[in-house]
Amino acid sequence: MFKKILIANRGEIALRVIRTCREMGIKSVAVYSTADAESLHVRFADEAVCIGPPPSNESYLKVSSIMAAAEITNADAIHPGYGFLSENAKFSKLCEEHGIKFIGASADMINRMGDKASAKSTMIEAGVPCVPGSEGVIPDFKTCIKVAKETGYPVMLKASAGGGGKGMRAVWKEEDLQNAWDSARQESKAAFGNDDMYIEKLIEQPRHIEIQIIGDSNGNACHLGERDCSVQRRHQKLTEETPSPFMTDKLRKAMGDAAVKASEYIKYEGAGTVEFLVDKHRNFYFMEMNTRIQVEHPITEQVIIDFDLIKEQIKVAAGIPILGKNYNPKLHSIECRINAEDPYNDFRPCPGKITEFHSPGGHGVRLDTHVYAGYTIPPNYDSMIAKLITTAQTREEAISKMKRALDEFVVEGVKTTIPFHLQLMSDPRYVSGDYTTAFMDDFVMNEPEEEEE
Amino acid sequence: MNIKEIQNLIKFVAKSGATEVKLEMNDVKITIRTGDGHGKGETTIIQQVPNMGIPQPLSQIPVESIPVSTEAASAEEDSKYITVKSPIIGTFYRKSAPDQPSFVEVGDSIKEGDVLCVIEAMKLFNEIESEISGKIIKVLVDDASPVEFDQPLFLVDPS
Repeated sequence: MFKKILIANRGEIALRVIRTCREMGIKSVAVYSTADAESLHVRFADEAVCIGPPPSNESYLKVSSIMAAAEITNADAIHPGYGFLSENAKFSKLCEEHGIKFIGASADMINRMGDKASAKSTMIEAGVPCVPGSEGVIPDFKTCIKVAKETGYPVMLKASAGGGGKGMRAVWKEEDLQNAWDSARQESKAAFGNDDMYIEKLIEQPRHIEIQIIGDSNGNACHLGERDCSVQRRHQKLTEETPSPFMTDKLRKAMGDAAVKASEYIKYEGAGTVEFLVDKHRNFYFMEMNTRIQVEHPITEQVIIDFDLIKEQIKVAAGIPILGKNYNPKLHSIECRINAEDPYNDFRPCPGKITEFHSPGGHGVRLDTHVYAGYTIPPNYDSMIAKLITTAQTREEAISKMKRALDEFVVEGVKTTIPFHLQLMSDPRYVSGDYTTAFMDDFVMNEPEEEEE
Repeated sequence: MNIKEIQNLIKFVAKSGATEVKLEMNDVKITIRTGDGHGKGETTIIQQVPNMGIPQPLSQIPVESIPVSTEAASAEEDSKYITVKSPIIGTFYRKSAPDQPSFVEVGDSIKEGDVLCVIEAMKLFNEIESEISGKIIKVLVDDASPVEFDQPLFLVDPS
């Protein structure tokens, strides 16, 4: 087992890893930029080293500084958390070359799953359902018509070099295809200098449901149930829950098996998540695979025999085989991501000093946070300040617990998304459990309540 | 008062930045004075004790052996010095190779652009150049020791 783990991250996830290290008797090393000198993860770690100035690319993303920190503290493993360097193949490789265990995927794995096209073709080989469509780039319009017909309308015409919604056209019938083909290519050429197009089936009213998996060095993998992350704003998740209100036992078995099959096919080691799009007919399609621990991992921990996923990651990295048993959610858990943003002003980030902070508590309430009263949120990093997780025996109870906990939660000095989550927990569409990734399109914040004098 | 208490008192006074503290309690009078005008910030002890009944050990306290943090006490003198801080995390070396002389020694005059030291991070040796001219007053880190970002390395008297 490792003697000392350096956590190449900050904020709540750094604290999360440090806590598990402490429980396992492993020494922890925190790294921090000068902006994070007062952060809780720095105080809780056994050792802490300052690695650079506030900008991420000069501190948390600077590979040479992280490696130097590991060298001077004699860490034998690095936990990258999520974001930052957690899916950086070069960094994973560098750790390997320096004899430091990277608690995450190998460089090869990261590359395979990181490239969307290669991930998809790997999944097709593995026999995992993928969004049907063209095989690679479409050479001409004649082929385009053919592929669109084979795929079945509605289809999404997508630019190969595309991103941010550019070069994408939804096509509902063949008569519109020529127009879409011409304008999408023109847009793509203008934006990316490349007009290569491919086609995917347009998934109607998709839900984003992901499966947590763990694989070990013996090539075994198992799944730990699903998480529904469909409530998103600009592709950023706002809240997650497990089990998914849309799930059935049959679908869970099918998706779980597919995720395990995918993991074993690529011989995945460590904790990972296979993301699927699920359409209204409960057909599911591989979207992508995240080769790291995810922000929303706590809800999975809460519903399956209180697993410690970080501990499992560390154990697998140390060569300990997994039990190999699949787990399905036994309770219901919801996570609300509390951000320092103003929900009444387009969720504008509001860094600043937290003057008052009173955490919610009690039965079924878990708060993962790195902030405290008197802490100044630096403007250089993301705005998430806490994850509030409630767990109960039923979905209704988990929701009412979340409302109760949000009511108790006091954060002053900065604006937070607590009012948003309070409104969400009473929103009829959310409460009904019938929501898709289009949910936030129709969500409008109510006027703030009058302050009582 | 035992030796431990006196050591703690000296540390406290040095940290406080006060230049002189006189303490009278029971049968003991102690005066602690910091700084002697040479900018070195040494802490000296002047003992004034009544002649009878005081155990010998008090007069046997060797000043040099009491570890004192002089940084705060010499803060006033240091405020005119510039602290050169580490721009990266790594291992600090005073020379380019073990058999080479140090880049700079205490008392050396340096000008802007002079290499002061080398900091190694991941087998890459980064030469740290001075951004100012002046005289090296103090070297704050031992050769071949780890340093973190922003850690003070040298005290320089700019001129």
